[in-house]
Amino acid sequence: MTVAAAALETRAINAWRGDRHVLEDLSFSVAAGECCKVTGPNGVGKTTLLRVLCGLLVPESGEALWRGRPVSGLDADYSAELAYLGHANALKTDLTARENLKYLVGVRRTLAAIEIDGALDRVGIVDCADLPVRVMSAGQRRRLSLARLWLWPAVLWILDEPATNLDAAGLTLVESLIRDHLERGGVAVVAAHQRLLDNDARVRRLELE
Amino acid sequence: MSEPAGLIGAMRLVVRRELTLAWRRWDEVTQPLIFYLVVTTLFPLATTPELAVLRTVGGGVVWVAALLSSLLALESVFRSDVEDGTMEQWVLSGQPLAWLLLAKVVAHWVMTGLPLVLVSPAVAAALGLPGSVWPVIVTSLALGTATLSVLGGIGAALTVGVRRGSVLLSLLVLPLAMPLLVFGARSVEQSLAGQSAAGPLQLLAAMFFLAWSLGPLAMSAAMRISVEG
Repeated sequence: MTVAAAALETRAINAWRGDRHVLEDLSFSVAAGECCKVTGPNGVGKTTLLRVLCGLLVPESGEALWRGRPVSGLDADYSAELAYLGHANALKTDLTARENLKYLVGVRRTLAAIEIDGALDRVGIVDCADLPVRVMSAGQRRRLSLARLWLWPAVLWILDEPATNLDAAGLTLVESLIRDHLERGGVAVVAAHQRLLDNDARVRRLELE
Repeated sequence: MSEPAGLIGAMRLVVRRELTLAWRRWDEVTQPLIFYLVVTTLFPLATTPELAVLRTVGGGVVWVAALLSSLLALESVFRSDVEDGTMEQWVLSGQPLAWLLLAKVVAHWVMTGLPLVLVSPAVAAALGLPGSVWPVIVTSLALGTATLSVLGGIGAALTVGVRRGSVLLSLLVLPLAMPLLVFGARSVEQSLAGQSAAGPLQLLAAMFFLAWSLGPLAMSAAMRISVEG
């Protein structure tokens, strides 16, 4: 599998949430080294779109293609290349930061303790490594879930509001994280309403209305 | 460094995670056991302390209490994982969801079903059941609660996105659990009458194998529907 062929494409996606037609004939494509920033007001269907792209939601019509093949949450090959950061952090509040990463990432790949420390250090919460997530702030929790992105060698990143609850430094962190990913030839789809990655030629905006 | 985790490794990790969580939330995890003990203790108080009478209903009481308390525990088996987004990550982990859910149900049974099985000789003694029927009670409850864990797991996976899912879960699962109750109580009754309990126990074992072989597939299909909702 060559990274050069990595590209995400959608063809005329239509999706309803209840009786609302949130995604109407949506077609776009993102090539390797590119980021698609999905913007739009709350409730416009950003999360729905990202879930469709992950294969977690089947659209009423149309399809999303990864490397030319329709995506599906059932497809282990697709999952292996995908990192999804939902608006929920997928953290257990009774576990420590370190344990959360160990158990969540460990299901996917073998993981050495030193890698966990490295990732926690990178997101700036290595001091909280052995604290239960219960006592961490919302921003620290978001940073912890961002740490997964270091530990999963994914080509396609689908990030739902990655900078929620983050301070200015956290915003810079997310930006550098995504830039590094694009540098490596990765693909990213990011839903955001902050001024994230505003002046970057590799970032294309997709405005949902 | 980044080789994919093997299936067995992933399942072991899920079990360890569940046990760690249970250890930190022991007050929550022991609730079904307390419920079981309270219900079985209330029976003699409400009916009669006469051992001869208690003995005739003892097997049924033990089984009904175990069934309800298992069901009580099963309602929330997947809830927190679905609400906090862990389940989505499992679906997308590239590991077969059925096996991950199976590991979770095994851990859940170890925490809630196994304690019921282990205390049941004491409960049986309190209800005046002679020591000769304890092995049958323990065997039948072990098979029954383990089968119920899978049946309840399917129901819980289906109803996890539903508010007030617990009533719906009971309506879904109790009819399926009726054979367990019937044969479980029957095995205790036969053993009490001095007959061999092999027949009902074998039927329980058959249901156990059916549930554990096909149940995980049904659980993962049900979970996909819930997560995709």
